[in-house]
Amino acid sequence: MAYDTVGQREIRVDAVAKVTGKAKYTADFRERDLLVGKILRSPYAHAWVRHIDSERAQALPGVEAVLTYADVPHIKFSTAGHPYSLDPGHRDKEDRLILTDKARFVGDAVAAVVAADELIAEKALRLIEVEYEPLEVLTSPEAAMREDAPLIHEVKRNILSTFGYEFGDLDKAFADADRIFEGEYQTSVVQHCQMENQIATAYVDENGRIVITTSTQIPHIVRRIVAQALGIPWGKVRVLKPYIGGGFGNKQDVCVEPLAAVMTLAVGGRPVRLELSREECMIDTRTRHAIQYRIKTGVKRDGKITGIRIEAISNTGAYASHGHSIASSGGGKFRYLYQVDALKYEPVTVYTNLPVAGAMRGYGTPQIFYAFECHMEDIARGLGLDPIALHKLNFVETGFVDPIGKNKVLSCGIRECVDKGREMIKWDLKKKLYKNESGDKRRGLGMACFSYQSGTHPVNLEIAGARIVLNQDGSVQLQVGATEIGQGSDTVFGQMVAEVLGLPLDMVHVVSTQDTDLSPFDTGAYASRQTYITGMAVKKAAEEVKAKILDFVWGMTDTPAQALDLKGQKVIYKHSGEVLMPLAEVALQTYYDPVFARPITSDTSNNARVNAMSYGVTFAEVEVDLKTGQVGVLEIYNVHDSGRIINPQLAEGQVHGGVSMGIGYALSEQLLYDEKTGRVLNNNLLDYKLPTIMDTPEIGAAFVELDDPTGPFGVKSLGEPPAITPAPAIRNAVLDATGVAFNRLPMNPQRVFEKLRQAGIVG
Amino acid sequence: MFNISKYDEAGSLDGALEFLSEHPAAKVIAGGTDVVIKMQGGKLREVELFSIRGLAELKGSKCSPDGAVLLGPLVTFSQIAGDPFLQDNIPVLTQAALSMGGPQIRNIATIGGNICNGAVSADSAPTLLALNAELRLQSARGERKVPLREFYLGPGKVDLRPGELLTGIMVRPEEYLGYHGHYIKFAMRKAMDIATLGVSVLCRVEEGKVLRGVRIALGVAAPTPIRCPEAEAFAEGKTASAETLREIGRLAVRSTKARTSWRASQEYREHLVAELVPRALQEAMRAAGGEGNA
Ligand SMILES: Cc1cc2nc3c(=O)[nH]c(=O)nc-3n(C[C@H](O)[C@H](O)[C@H](O)COP(=O)(O)OP(=O)(O)OC[C@H]3O[C@@H](n4cnc5c(N)ncnc54)[C@H](O)[C@@H]3O)c2cc1C
Repeated sequence: MAYDTVGQREIRVDAVAKVTGKAKYTADFRERDLLVGKILRSPYAHAWVRHIDSERAQALPGVEAVLTYADVPHIKFSTAGHPYSLDPGHRDKEDRLILTDKARFVGDAVAAVVAADELIAEKALRLIEVEYEPLEVLTSPEAAMREDAPLIHEVKRNILSTFGYEFGDLDKAFADADRIFEGEYQTSVVQHCQMENQIATAYVDENGRIVITTSTQIPHIVRRIVAQALGIPWGKVRVLKPYIGGGFGNKQDVCVEPLAAVMTLAVGGRPVRLELSREECMIDTRTRHAIQYRIKTGVKRDGKITGIRIEAISNTGAYASHGHSIASSGGGKFRYLYQVDALKYEPVTVYTNLPVAGAMRGYGTPQIFYAFECHMEDIARGLGLDPIALHKLNFVETGFVDPIGKNKVLSCGIRECVDKGREMIKWDLKKKLYKNESGDKRRGLGMACFSYQSGTHPVNLEIAGARIVLNQDGSVQLQVGATEIGQGSDTVFGQMVAEVLGLPLDMVHVVSTQDTDLSPFDTGAYASRQTYITGMAVKKAAEEVKAKILDFVWGMTDTPAQALDLKGQKVIYKHSGEVLMPLAEVALQTYYDPVFARPITSDTSNNARVNAMSYGVTFAEVEVDLKTGQVGVLEIYNVHDSGRIINPQLAEGQVHGGVSMGIGYALSEQLLYDEKTGRVLNNNLLDYKLPTIMDTPEIGAAFVELDDPTGPFGVKSLGEPPAITPAPAIRNAVLDATGVAFNRLPMNPQRVFEKLRQAGIVG
Repeated sequence: MFNISKYDEAGSLDGALEFLSEHPAAKVIAGGTDVVIKMQGGKLREVELFSIRGLAELKGSKCSPDGAVLLGPLVTFSQIAGDPFLQDNIPVLTQAALSMGGPQIRNIATIGGNICNGAVSADSAPTLLALNAELRLQSARGERKVPLREFYLGPGKVDLRPGELLTGIMVRPEEYLGYHGHYIKFAMRKAMDIATLGVSVLCRVEEGKVLRGVRIALGVAAPTPIRCPEAEAFAEGKTASAETLREIGRLAVRSTKARTSWRASQEYREHLVAELVPRALQEAMRAAGGEGNA
């Protein structure tokens, strides 16, 4: 099917507003007499707060309020940005307080100040005296799971969850195997580092409702969680989400808004801004879970996998956040890549006294695919097979039905992805070329594959709303509850509307601000869901508007709607293309016809009870400097099966960003902490080695565009997937170059050098 | 919002020196890329800032007829990197300048600030040490000249007395004419990073491979930027074979006092010294048109 706007490299609808600095972010909304909120953080990773003396802080001129545990609601709430569930058994773990009387990580919020300005607030924080009773600090899951370990929360052995799955007869599968492969793989704690730190401004409006402007991916969920945390009716909270400077899952959690809300209540509803610094954002928002894996796989001599057992220990840090679902979700998405008869996945998610891990781009998949795709390379080497051959032998086919969820794969382009990537990197040629490398700098090739979902069905509700208004001039407004967070969703939604209504993109005005009072309901930006799920709502809304327009024209001209179509801002005859009238003429009539005026709108939602699997592969070529341990990525390609691509330029941007994130994960990023005290050592962008553009090689992005029948225009997910497989592909390339397997992230120069030296590759 | 209690600007060098003698607590600020970071991190509070950015006397670089180069302390890293005279005559310095920060930081950060801040990782330090740079320090009481080598007292500590300003950085012609150099900034990133190790070497090359006047300077290998006298002495007059270069690297390690921190282990830093000093020398020899690789 050929489209006019869908599939085109349209310029982002917010591009000019953003590059000219006109787009307003949360910090740009300056209320009069804005007060500033600041947080007092625990220096202990695990301690009771025995006493807080805030008298001196209170007395400081310019201090409007000092808040402690005793001054805020004592309602435990969950921060995870998931849809609410009517089933109490399916709700998120409620273990957080707005301010705590027990510090569970270094940086936990024990008190807060509202003051006239930042400097006064900071001074006031220094005047608050807190008496702590330190407890044993648990930073490793092993320590936390000890029988005699102190409990961080009231759960047995500090275990938050063990939700896994099993199908088939694993014993038989291992017995049938010719070879058994076992391996252990370990990922590290990393951080989103989205450009805009977390920030919220709150005030009480003239009707007594709390209004919060916040940099969030999930405005409607923020509204619910703030109300829950404060114990007030949900309707008493209004949340606005302006332009936001990135999220990557960091803002799929409710971190600052409940505190901002109690701050404004503490000062009689005057506006208060709570803005985290980068240093604060890196310890007290969310991180990516470090997960250690033990994998056992049975294979036939030819490489056919008979059975897999994966044990995982996930370190979730001090509070649950998304912890209970991340390990399980990673394992769920993994099931769709390989056709195996028996698979057992046993994750354990453990509380420790570290910063809270939560949602981050890929939601548990970068970890499990790192582990398993390293393992696949190890198997290929063990069997003397090319990894591509091993992968292809085991991939699922279109029509695969997940043995657990019973979801059917209706489109699967993983083989096409692999073929394309293989060509792009010139795999066969270079594999031969680098076979017998010697010398101090060695090159190698690696690849790794993934499967991913489009949204969260059937685990969570997938509901999305869209609303369209036809204006007098034939342009439209589009409102969605889904959030543009930099990924380009507003633009692709606009393109979808433009396509259906035969409009140029600039005639579709996409309202980028979400306001829970005004916007349709949608749970927000996460799970790579919006283009697939909200997109369908948008398409439905546009089709409804189109039907109403053609109906109206039928009334005006007696030409049946079925004979008509919209194209190029005109009403045309479907069979010939002949123009009946300009759309603007119809639009004007819908407003002002003395008899028939009835402005055209649509307001729909999509409750998606489908989930399309997307697929992809990373191919990487590296050069390892044996003498320094530096790994350089020379070439890297990501090839995706994300269904039809609505906007190739945005899709490529998504891939570029994700791959660069994956390169950081592979080579340099790691949030370091002192194992004894739990204190984070490098919560700033100097010491946390987020790659710069200078560290990022040219990134090749390609797509195999197979339409998925369940997606609007055939789309599937693309938001998170690009970040999943660069790390294992790079690890496999380093193994190819050096013969040494690195089973721990990141592969930074010192680690690489030390291991090469241990292996006797360098002196 | 920054914690500044007072802010003054210098109008002339003399006026500035007088002001400083009367306000010993004032904190000099040039580009501010170190000072502001300290204010933000809370290390400097309620600070009285005294900006010298307007001082024309401290801007620009000059070359006297005999070839002596005098850099004003307010010269920015971008200016050094883009200076045609330096590019032609002391390219190792422009190379070091380019390794620093990113474009925005290089546009505002000054070489004087880099030196006076006293960071062991300062990217200008190894090269200026290798060039035997001399500092001009002025106060209301007068001027003194201090070799850069003696200026560093400890981590973040320099021999800057109360009321003193750095007013010039001098490189004599005999320290760079005929020399070729190379700077390796070993860091975890290619920009916006602090060096894990900085290696700057200068040498003359005779007959394509005989080393003369080798200077080896290191950043982040000891509490202050250092030279490696033992390695330098060994290198004098040697023919650069793979073995000599390796030995020079090994000897350079002897001058270091590296420490283990979570950023890098002592062993790894020492290994890097042994590995990168020869690499830098090879590059310098290549720049000299020598064989550079044995
Ligand atoms: C993002 C970022 C990246 C950076 N990257 C690097 C890097 O890669 N390599 C590197 O070496 N540094 C780096 N730095 C540190 C800093 O930019 C440099 O040290 C810079 O040269 C400092 O110069 P300035 O003019 O900004 O100094 P300022 O901050 O103004 O001053 C620094 C110190 O020197 C004193 N001072 C300044 N001028 C004089 C003078 N003429 N006489 C007496 N005292 C004086 C000040 O009182 C202060 O103590 C970076 C900093 C930032 C913020």
